Amino acid sequence: MEKILDRLQGLGVLALNVFGRLGRGSLFLFHTLVIMPQLWRRPGLVVRQIYSVGVLTLLIILVSGLFVGMVLGLQGYTTLVDFGAQESLGVVVSLSLVRELGPVVTALLFAGRAGSALTAEIGLMKATEQLSGMEMMAVDPYRQVFAPRFLAGFIAMPILAAIFSAVGVIGGYVVGVDMLGVDFGAFWSQMQAKVDFHEDVMNGVVKSLVFGLVCVWIALYEGYDATPTADGVSRATTRTVVHSSLAVLGLDFVLTALMFGDL
Amino acid sequence: MKQTRYMEISVGLFVAAGMIALFFLAMKVSNLTSISSDAGYTVTAYFENIGGLKVRSPVTVSGVLVGRVSAIDYDPARFEARVSMEIESRYDNLPDDTAASIFTAGLLGEQYIGLEPGASETNLKEGSELKLTQSALVLEQIIGQFLFSKAQEGAK
Repeated sequence: MEKILDRLQGLGVLALNVFGRLGRGSLFLFHTLVIMPQLWRRPGLVVRQIYSVGVLTLLIILVSGLFVGMVLGLQGYTTLVDFGAQESLGVVVSLSLVRELGPVVTALLFAGRAGSALTAEIGLMKATEQLSGMEMMAVDPYRQVFAPRFLAGFIAMPILAAIFSAVGVIGGYVVGVDMLGVDFGAFWSQMQAKVDFHEDVMNGVVKSLVFGLVCVWIALYEGYDATPTADGVSRATTRTVVHSSLAVLGLDFVLTALMFGDL
Repeated sequence: MKQTRYMEISVGLFVAAGMIALFFLAMKVSNLTSISSDAGYTVTAYFENIGGLKVRSPVTVSGVLVGRVSAIDYDPARFEARVSMEIESRYDNLPDDTAASIFTAGLLGEQYIGLEPGASETNLKEGSELKLTQSALVLEQIIGQFLFSKAQEGAK
């Protein structure tokens, strides 16, 4: 009897913890968004953060975009050539990149490269009491620390996703046209006939905006909510990567169903 | 100071690269260039069977793309499919007895509407209806007709 009561109590504590975190996370997001307009007077803060979450992530995005495009070209070709439809390779490569792989893989890489760094940075700030120090000096950490990082991630993600897709299409082109001998004109013209700017490209951009928001939110909040010890920061960093990846993959299904579900 | 400047320049390059990538996606990958900005005019045609025709399928004259299918719906009064197509306004000299047929590009390709201009003096305008139409060829029907005629030959 004791044991069952203990279990039930444990379950209750777990549920309370989950809802507590969700509530604190929402308040955190709300607070950051409210303070956001004040950033107009301090653009330098945002530029520095775009550098660290965007520019420094560029290399991994370029390399993985190129390789993902090349793999798509290779795999698409081996499947399509059986049907004599290798001219559609451009469509296969560009649609899968622009609609799905561009935003999703970029967000996963972003969570691993930039999200974890953000969490560790903020967790360490909290552990060394820099955040309370700021508050002590009447500097709002939301304005000084969280909002610039938030905005930077929100700006950087669609840019990175667009670069990923563009580089991936070039990778698919290199493999398909230069190496496997798909016709140059058909590759581009079929692609242009099938890919719609508003339906496909813009929806990809919307997706990456949503992923950017979610990834930065999770990363910043995990850092903010971390237990201020070495162990706590390391666990918060792990949670950031895991939760961001799960959130991105889950949201991707929902967004795809909303955007392309009727096709 | 130098550090900040380097940072600003690299962020600028980063944003520019993103814009170039989006521009590339818009111009080279998607069909933004082939959409004419002017709205054009819409004509309708009734088909018994549209086969695999879809919204945004091409509309051609002599093989040249002049417009796209803008809407497809079923007319319950005529028991036929009503296809609206938007034709670019620079092709405004099509006679009003133009015939519309649904063709297939290649053996397994997508279906499109081919227009054959007639000899009328008056031209098509917004809201005109194409009276002469030819439905899509459905492979099963052709095979069925073929088998039927073969069977009749055998009976003689």
